Amino acid sequence: MTGPRRDPDMVRPYVRTGGQVRARDDVRPESVVVAANAPTEGLSPDARRVMRLFAGAGGGLAVADIAAALELPPSTVRILVSSLMDSGHLAAPVAAAGHQPDFDLLQEVLRGLRSMV
Amino acid sequence: MDSAPWSDPPVTYVPSTVTRSAKIVVAGGFGVGKTTLIGSVSEVKPLRMEEPITQASVGVDDLRGTPEKTTTTVAMDFGRIHMAGGRLALYLFGLPGQARFQPLWEDLTEGALGCLVLADTRDLDASHDALGLLETCGVPYAVAINAFPDAPSYPEAELREALALDPGTPLTVCDARDRTSSLHALITLTEYLSERRSAALLESRP
Ligand SMILES: Nc1nc2c(ncn2[C@@H]2O[C@H](COP(=O)(O)OP(=O)(O)OP(=O)(O)O)[C@@H](O)[C@H]2O)c(=O)[nH]1
Ligand SMILES: [Mg+2]
Repeated sequence: MTGPRRDPDMVRPYVRTGGQVRARDDVRPESVVVAANAPTEGLSPDARRVMRLFAGAGGGLAVADIAAALELPPSTVRILVSSLMDSGHLAAPVAAAGHQPDFDLLQEVLRGLRSMV
Repeated sequence: MDSAPWSDPPVTYVPSTVTRSAKIVVAGGFGVGKTTLIGSVSEVKPLRMEEPITQASVGVDDLRGTPEKTTTTVAMDFGRIHMAGGRLALYLFGLPGQARFQPLWEDLTEGALGCLVLADTRDLDASHDALGLLETCGVPYAVAINAFPDAPSYPEAELREALALDPGTPLTVCDARDRTSSLHALITLTEYLSERRSAALLESRP
């Protein structure tokens, strides 16, 4: 008798993300992060690849931008970014819209879209 | 893909003026024009991310009682618009509307302002999965018929009935290849979202 087989697709993100299994609630595909000053020694290869995207850049990237650039699943990048935020390598300059998007944000989006027509 | 250190692909950074981001989801059946619409309004080259999902195969008769599993890769295109004098980045995510992608939908629609559902009158039934997923995930939406040249047109009342839309749900027609037309569909959605929001604010006042 063998025990329940481990699902390789469950194991892989776990290994790839250095053991952190859950993304922070505030880290979503549209969440923008910027690099903070922290040494990257000791980071996993994938985490170093994430950090390298920010090298020398003046600007942020959303989780989705990172997933597309590195060809990693967004679920994996959410966890990598969560862990890099916890370790102080990445920071959020911006708060993504919360569960109840406020009226002001919607007004701002509406104005923005109208101004593009 | 070559992942040598020097070959990481170029990225388009979010300007450092941006202090807030938000997202709108564009959903609908296979080939309905999601990628086209996102491409016509995005200010950066639309990108693609891919999520492998593992699920039990349906209809597999397995005598050992362990369901067969298959892995499907779900591709999601997205674009970005900067607004509010560069303070706000609006992301547009294209989500394929198949019901079996529900776990992915729950993850990706969380925090969305709302969703634009694209429909094709040649196959209105293909929209039902997306509409059902949005109801499940509690995401407000508007519907836009992406008008293909050889697609039949129907009176609005018939479309509403076929799609089982609430009377309050906006229904528009657009050409996903046309930037202005696509923007108008997004504006209709956002007007609806902010009306809903202000109604909710009024209701919550004593
Ligand atoms: N005539 C016409 N063709 C369109 C329109 N929108 C999209 N198309 C074409 O229809 C095809 C499918 O459009 P896509 O934007 O790839 O559709 P999609 O929803 O992203 O498709 P999947 O991601 O494969 O589900 C493409 O060949 C488009 O060029 C439209 O408004 N009018
Ligand atoms: Mg597409």
